[in-house]
Amino acid sequence: MDFNDTPAEATFRQEVREWLEANAPSSEELRGLDEIARSKLWQKRKYDAGWACIRWPTEYGGRDATAIENVIWGQEESKFSVPGGVFGIGQGMAAPTLMAWASEDQKREHLPKLASGENIWCQLFSEPAGGSDLAALRTKAEKDGDEWVINGQKIWTSGAHYSDYGIIVLRTDPEVPKHRGLTYFFLDMKSPGIEVKPIKQISGGANFNEVYFTDVRVPDAQRLGEVGQGWQVALTTLMNERAAIGGGGGGVGFNRVYRLAQRVTIDDKPAIEDSSVRAKLADWYCQETGLKYTGYRSLTALSRGETPGPENSIGKLVGASKMQDMASFAMDLCELSGAVQGELAEEYGMYPGAYMGAPGGRIAGGSDEIMLNILAERVLGMPQDVRPDKGIPFSQIPTGANN
Amino acid sequence: MNFEFSDEQNQLRDQAQSFLSDNCPPEKVRKILEGDEPYDKQLWQSIAELGWLSTVIPEQYGGLGLSYYELVVIAEELGRALAPVPFSSSVYLASEAILQFGSDAQKQKWLPRLATGEAIGTFAFGEGAGRPSPTSLKTAAADQTVSGTKYPVPDGDVADVAIVVTTCDSGDGANLYLVDLSGVQQDVVSTLDPSRSHARLTFDKTPAELLGSAGSGWGMTNQLLDRAAVLFAWEQVGGSQAALEQAKAYAMERYAFGRPIAGFQAIKHKLANVYVKNTLARSNCYYGTWALDENNAELALASATARVSSTQAFYFASKENIQTHGGMGFTWEFDCQFFYRRAKLLSVNIGSESWWQDRLITAYEQSNQADAA
Repeated sequence: MDFNDTPAEATFRQEVREWLEANAPSSEELRGLDEIARSKLWQKRKYDAGWACIRWPTEYGGRDATAIENVIWGQEESKFSVPGGVFGIGQGMAAPTLMAWASEDQKREHLPKLASGENIWCQLFSEPAGGSDLAALRTKAEKDGDEWVINGQKIWTSGAHYSDYGIIVLRTDPEVPKHRGLTYFFLDMKSPGIEVKPIKQISGGANFNEVYFTDVRVPDAQRLGEVGQGWQVALTTLMNERAAIGGGGGGVGFNRVYRLAQRVTIDDKPAIEDSSVRAKLADWYCQETGLKYTGYRSLTALSRGETPGPENSIGKLVGASKMQDMASFAMDLCELSGAVQGELAEEYGMYPGAYMGAPGGRIAGGSDEIMLNILAERVLGMPQDVRPDKGIPFSQIPTGANN
Repeated sequence: MNFEFSDEQNQLRDQAQSFLSDNCPPEKVRKILEGDEPYDKQLWQSIAELGWLSTVIPEQYGGLGLSYYELVVIAEELGRALAPVPFSSSVYLASEAILQFGSDAQKQKWLPRLATGEAIGTFAFGEGAGRPSPTSLKTAAADQTVSGTKYPVPDGDVADVAIVVTTCDSGDGANLYLVDLSGVQQDVVSTLDPSRSHARLTFDKTPAELLGSAGSGWGMTNQLLDRAAVLFAWEQVGGSQAALEQAKAYAMERYAFGRPIAGFQAIKHKLANVYVKNTLARSNCYYGTWALDENNAELALASATARVSSTQAFYFASKENIQTHGGMGFTWEFDCQFFYRRAKLLSVNIGSESWWQDRLITAYEQSNQADAA
């Protein structure tokens, strides 16, 4: 066990730092550009210099870097205020799925454009009747010659309105048990028959959408895995989703709330001197470092050739609630002005936004309850829930009035 | 960067686990808990023969001279087995204090005996209810003697030597003394976990040797607590893991409403939450161990982090283990009580959760991380 960089890692870190210092975009450069344009500018610059998606093989636009080097890159990049975010789903979820399941030609065509930021991808999984019970999805694909014809509706699709491609799971056979009748594809989001409608969230944003499919045609060549193997392919995507969501904290981290507690007062003294404030902050520090080092332990396993397992679900499970609780507590520390946001707000006016965004983190990518089921079943080996839909054809599964 | 134990360290873990499952089954814990023996002498003897007491003691003082990575592997397994022996007092506290602060003569005199288990050591710190501070202490020293009462002192009834914290008029307000306990009044104190014995030590002009320099006893006490906290945390993590395994095993066998109760989400989610807390605590223990072995500037912060999360994890795992067992978990006959008792004992033995939460923030304030923030 050694938390320090090896000499090779230290050299790599230095190289990363120097490149970032010379190339991270200035606020001047980014002025006037929207989020997508900013993200594309930075992504292209990284790609051209060989610093995009560094863990990927060189032939697909990466750098053949190790898992540890990738962490070092992430640590150093996070010290700079650089744009990003719109590529997370494509690079973090679609790309690993393509690498595992697509043909060599498809990988060579699509992965470099994901790495360079030329193309943005979205994930079309959830449906009105298939959220936590994802395999209950109903949007259907019917074979017609060399193509499939898609009809139905997806929901909660982040970034569908600006995406070039999407990964999608569809029902290709309703007459077999639900997990066996699914097939996985990728498709062009500009295909005729796709209609994207934004959904306004409680946080005020509209990052995700309803996506309607009316006789949308997708070539059979864009199928990933066999017909009926869609659930297995989807699991590749989902494991990567939880690892990706686990990383973020929406800007509400220990350091930020600690600084707030130094500035605001309780009984004329800095709040940080109050023992109840200290106790809460200590607990969050423990969670934050616990998650960080749990992640590093997974990386060590990864670099030894072991496959990261369902224990990655912990990051998202703990991180999302922690962010919610910290945002709520930070607002309390501001006392009477805790709820103020917008123009009049002081620098800590970000907490109401984080508070309103937090419930989404506990639901997206598998709710807290699903994460707990996964840990209980796949890590601890406890039995699955009783499932009245098990083993019966999808078309005969009972449904309620609300779905 | 490398965040796992080496193959050799994992082999040691396997050996320790198999030795303790043979030599320290729950019946042994029960025997000490219910009987008059203060600790399992046979187990103590075997542990000494395996060299565990001398893991980090340098070879020149009769030890094995290994790293703290080996010692934490043993600590976790002792915690898992709820071993009824004075290991934490003698190894994490007394041996550590002499190793860190003792003169060469003091090391020559005591470490070889502590390394073989011939002598048992302890740390005489507390003086009744409340959080100790240099001004709250009453035990005092004069003319190479100490006078006062220390209680509860873990393993104080069986210890041969104690590190005693006394007041001091100068410096940081405290001194550490090395005291041979022969001739000292050692009265047994009953606690909620009789599988680990405790005593009240009454010193009356008892001959004592200063440990470390005068007027720096409070600083040394805190350094010692920081070091010991990592080792205690591993015992706590070992206990948490064992409590989780016991709860799961019972839930898999116990049927209600026509199926194992392990199939109900109320139980699945409960035990998944135990697993989450255990995992975070374990990862923080890795962090603490690294800082302990390197004795680096992050030790105070890393040890408090390991300590707080392990204390919380063990308490949670032990109470939810009883809950999972239902009525049977509340019976004397079942072993669930051992974990619940030990969890609370370990959580107060070197200071409470809230004390360590406070220490964590203090350590953060003094660390580089706060400057960088």
